[in-house]
Amino acid sequence: MYQYDSYDQAMVDARVEEFRGQVARRLSGELTEDQFKPLRLKNGLYLQLHAYMLRVAIPYGTLSGKQMRLLGDIADKYDRGYGHFTTRQNIQYNWIKLDDTPDILADLATVEMHAIQTSGNCIRNISSDHFAGAAADELVDPRPYAELLRQWSSFHPEFDYLPRKFKIAVIASDTDRAAMRLHDIGIQMVANEAGEIGARFYVGGGMGRTPMIAPVIREFVPALQMISYAEACLRVYNRYGRRDNKYKARIKILVHEIGADEYRRQVEEEFAHILTLGLEPPQAEFDRIAAFFADPGFESGLSDAVDRSDPDFALWLDQNTAAHKQPGYAVVVISLKPTGGIPGDASADQIRLMGDLGTAYSLDELRVTHTQNIVLPHVKKADLYTLWQKLDVAGLASANLDLISDIIACPGLDYCSLANARSIPLAQKISKRFADMDRQRDLGELKLKISGCINACGHHHAGHIGILGVDRKGTENYQLSFGGSEAADTSLGVITGPGFSEDGVVDALEKATDVYLTQRSEGERFLDTYRRIGMAPFKEAIYG
Amino acid sequence: MKILTGNDLGSGDVVWWDGKGWSRDVNDAVDVGDAADAILAAEEAARRVNASYAIAATQTADDVRPAHIKDRIRALGPTVRLDLSLRPGDPDAAKQVI
Repeated sequence: MYQYDSYDQAMVDARVEEFRGQVARRLSGELTEDQFKPLRLKNGLYLQLHAYMLRVAIPYGTLSGKQMRLLGDIADKYDRGYGHFTTRQNIQYNWIKLDDTPDILADLATVEMHAIQTSGNCIRNISSDHFAGAAADELVDPRPYAELLRQWSSFHPEFDYLPRKFKIAVIASDTDRAAMRLHDIGIQMVANEAGEIGARFYVGGGMGRTPMIAPVIREFVPALQMISYAEACLRVYNRYGRRDNKYKARIKILVHEIGADEYRRQVEEEFAHILTLGLEPPQAEFDRIAAFFADPGFESGLSDAVDRSDPDFALWLDQNTAAHKQPGYAVVVISLKPTGGIPGDASADQIRLMGDLGTAYSLDELRVTHTQNIVLPHVKKADLYTLWQKLDVAGLASANLDLISDIIACPGLDYCSLANARSIPLAQKISKRFADMDRQRDLGELKLKISGCINACGHHHAGHIGILGVDRKGTENYQLSFGGSEAADTSLGVITGPGFSEDGVVDALEKATDVYLTQRSEGERFLDTYRRIGMAPFKEAIYG
Repeated sequence: MKILTGNDLGSGDVVWWDGKGWSRDVNDAVDVGDAADAILAAEEAARRVNASYAIAATQTADDVRPAHIKDRIRALGPTVRLDLSLRPGDPDAAKQVI
């Protein structure tokens, strides 16, 4: 894992003290809310429905056990005993007091964490593949490149007041586990014909009210020039992105309106100029960063055998673990989606326990996924049964990864001041309706995503089944969509038709799964069947 | 009736104008009639409450009910965590605000 140098630490510590002074001036009345709001947002502090909410950055979703345990301690000390893991691989606390915030940030700084740039019209937390460094299918570990981007984008003065927020994802395998093409900039690390590593740039993707899949802007940028290319991409956006209308201010609108070819032409022109300035990071600096992400001392010669005699363990093993690049190891996904639970929520005790288990069984590493789960990336197969037992005792052994109950849901109208409808109660109802695990496994991979408003924090556009909550004359109403995907076969869902009440959308969803079960061909997922037979049979079942 | 709401500056708690100050209980809210803008301006100047605004509500025999679901949820707390709401002992609280 990356570790702060003295410069990183001094920068974060200084920021804490700066914000402490700003909070004091706000509480004393010296600053108005209009003056203070942009300052608190730059430090991740929102005002939501019931209280202040603090969003803590978890760069590319990677955490140590110590960091995770501190997140649990903060939930107890300053919040109400729980935290909410988000679709940007971050954590949010929902009940923060303004005058506690500087102390929370100071506590975070002791474990090399912060909340900088988790809000505002700047480059947000860089996200990545939650299996990075462990996946059997990755070309390279994408995190050194993500870290390079993090350092470049932190406090970048030119990009501190962009037209809108800006999100970047970096992956390094053909299996997209980060919704890469639905980001403002999506980067896939690739190799050219000479075997050199570089970056393929996708620009102009996103969800929200105008969902778009990012087109390729450049097939290959040499690795050490990727910062300059990103700078060129941002510079063109900063120059021409619309500031007159926040709904048309994201880069996807610019790329769409001027066209990918014209956008590319301008970026290339800017890139050629930047290259003359010699701003690329030295190889030695990249090597310094990359050294932090070297393989963490895997043991060799370990057996791949796992005792499957406990049937419940075997089900979890099959559903919630993935192939690791190192023989004798597995990647474990801890589901934060128990039946009837709140997707992404974990108690302080659960957070601390996950930190302990990460230290004990995963070489002190954990990851937060954009699907609101937690990954232990490096677990010896010989430890899997013991680990599962410990997770089970804590209510963390739901064997439902990628099944219909592994739901992404935004906080919705229960917490969020932007939401139009509640997301969580709907997720809970669906989870209970499909609680039977045999039924869930029969339905197979089915990615269900729920957003409580058009801002799409619940990624509903990219759900095999997506649900969008809307406000219909003061009443919650839910639109259903099918056919979205955030994987390598990225696609956007299509709305089925008129919306439903909360109970109605659960019934409609069940009817859609019945259509899938009767129409599927061998080996087809729900998404595959929908793509083959189209919307008509589903609409007939739902509305007919 | 027209009532005023906002979030307490320090705690972020949802608060309601009770005629003299800000209360955590929506049932303490008073009808401000045409005085909404004047009260909001004075309170903003006092800098005790954030993001204050006026909403429509109805006074029933039992309670004050904001017209919009968002403000009813603000008055209660998260419907999915009634233990953290202002009515932790009432299992029907969520149904009543929807």
